[in-house]
Amino acid sequence: MSILVNSETRVLCQGITGSAGGFHTRGCKEYGTKMVGGVTPGKGGQTAEGLPVFDTVEEAVQETGADATMIFVPPPFAADAILEALDAGIRIIAAITEGVPVLDMVRVYEKVRASDAVLIGPNCPGLITPGECKIGIMPGYIHQPGKVGVMSRSGTLTYEAVWQTSSLKLGQSTCVGLGGDPIVGTNYIDLFKLYENDPQTEAILMIGEIGGSAEEEAAAYVKEHVSKPVAAFIAGRTAPPGKRMGHAGAIISGGKGTATEKVAALEDAGIVVAPTPADMGAAVKEAIDRQG
Amino acid sequence: MKIHEFQAKQLFREAGVPVLEGVVARTAAEAKQAFEKLGQPLAVVKAQIHAGGRGKGHIADNPEQRGVVLVRSADEAEAAAAALLGKTLITIQTGPEGQTVNQVFVEQGCDIARELYMGIVLDRAAARPVLMVSTEGGVEIEKVAEETPELILKEHFDPAVGIEAFQVRKLCKKLGISGPAARSAGKFMAALCRFYVEKDCAMAEINPVVIDSEGRMLALDAKITFDDNALFRNKELLELRDLNEEDPAEVRAADSGLSYVKLDGNIACLVNGAGLAMSTMDIIKYHGGEPANFLDVGGGANTEQVTEAFRILLADPNCKAVLVNIFGGIARCTTIATALIEASKTVGFNVPLVVRLEGTEVEEGRQMLADSDVDVITAVDLTDAAKKVVAAIA
Repeated sequence: MSILVNSETRVLCQGITGSAGGFHTRGCKEYGTKMVGGVTPGKGGQTAEGLPVFDTVEEAVQETGADATMIFVPPPFAADAILEALDAGIRIIAAITEGVPVLDMVRVYEKVRASDAVLIGPNCPGLITPGECKIGIMPGYIHQPGKVGVMSRSGTLTYEAVWQTSSLKLGQSTCVGLGGDPIVGTNYIDLFKLYENDPQTEAILMIGEIGGSAEEEAAAYVKEHVSKPVAAFIAGRTAPPGKRMGHAGAIISGGKGTATEKVAALEDAGIVVAPTPADMGAAVKEAIDRQG
Repeated sequence: MKIHEFQAKQLFREAGVPVLEGVVARTAAEAKQAFEKLGQPLAVVKAQIHAGGRGKGHIADNPEQRGVVLVRSADEAEAAAAALLGKTLITIQTGPEGQTVNQVFVEQGCDIARELYMGIVLDRAAARPVLMVSTEGGVEIEKVAEETPELILKEHFDPAVGIEAFQVRKLCKKLGISGPAARSAGKFMAALCRFYVEKDCAMAEINPVVIDSEGRMLALDAKITFDDNALFRNKELLELRDLNEEDPAEVRAADSGLSYVKLDGNIACLVNGAGLAMSTMDIIKYHGGEPANFLDVGGGANTEQVTEAFRILLADPNCKAVLVNIFGGIARCTTIATALIEASKTVGFNVPLVVRLEGTEVEEGRQMLADSDVDVITAVDLTDAAKKVVAAIA
């Protein structure tokens, strides 16, 4: 078992004829993901990366039976691409695109949440069930099938965590990059629910950062509803207020969203918080050991 | 992207958000003329910088001089402008270094019956914009939020629809606004919400909003931040950007597609990915050092971008050492190694350089550095890197 995606998942790439879309479609195929086609309006009938290209997602779904998609279309068209995938009945939508206007996401978010589909991102590395299905841009080889569910607002920091859990021979069940934007389709709580019910996942690592209150809300949820060991790390303890730290969502505004507040909320919920990014793997181990 | 108050008010006027008459002045003589042009018994001369708190702020070498001055004659307007223009204004939001005043806004006065606070921000948890109004106008809203949050009234709205009429009625009722003032307030709020959506604002804040003696609601201040990701569809706004208000190194970095924020420490860092870049700062601090910056070279960084990144880091006079932390995913370790070798030739490293590479093409990258003449302190992991860079300047 795992969450969201596995070896049966059939994946499309929206924006497959662009350089990033093509490059990462190749990477996912090489990893063993069942890539079944691509979508670029106006380029239907062509092939790209050895896969059929369709004009619309609807056609692509009819022809290939795809149930997941990764989106690489440029920011001005990303919201539309997400809505098209949703309309076509795609179950798992991973929006990799960085730079989507936040008001576009307000519109998309409402529609996604009213449906049964799951949107990961935007501005995220995607998701991966090691050894089975990689949808996105993460380097596949650092992963190892195993027992830790990893979720994060940051890309490379996730790689760091994956690397550490692989080195400790814990491995990962499914890793999900939530995305670094103020509004993303899936939050920690959505995934806590899935990880809690997934037999393969024995421990959960959440990697957060400054800005917003998603970590605090997740901490409150964990306290009440999660029985599995949980570890966490929060990036940005040294970030100054009022400055955007790379991610559109990583900003301390009006004194809110600081790392200190988040760490306190997590610790209060009994979560093991890694003091530095070098200790994320160790924190997971400690969380497991604490539960015996 | 932020803009000045006078620019925001021009946009407000076009959008039907009522503001007072005002004229921007770049010299004291212009300020004098502005007062005459307004033709009112009194006016307010306001320093134009991107930071808030100007009314309580002061000029660097003149602690009595505030950033907002009430004047009653053209000569007073001229004197006030002379005391502000070209000077450094320090406010609660500028930090101790302050910000140079390059222009002032001369605005007519008004007969204030009530002062309120009004703002629109994105409520991330609700995934919707929220209109906030408070009776506590003119004071620091952060303080109100902290101490008496019940005094801030909130109404979320759907951007496609705007604020609904009943929501305005609810707010007016709670604020005790009725009659002609309620009608004026309704138009004001609807126009402000529409403006927020049309221009893709990230934040619109008016402190204070006032109701004058004739029952008109007016924006006496205007602080706007736009969503940078949406500027592609609001291109006319780009003309309002004032580079004087931004850190030159941050502007230079952004031009090269790098995400850079200057900090006060002396250990520069170059990292791929925002989360890892923040964590690298954190771990430097954890081991007793002070980070000089945040720098994310991004996922698809090429040699030129990384070389430019090194130039920016080394141009900081506070920089005593550099820590490179790369977890190659899309970005390859070989790209970073090539850029490092290139930078050592064209820029020259005169400070200790600690490098930690991991991920895609790591062996090749390490070998390239080992084979080069660059004087590199290599680190095996993040902790090792942080300890070594702190030790290097001890």
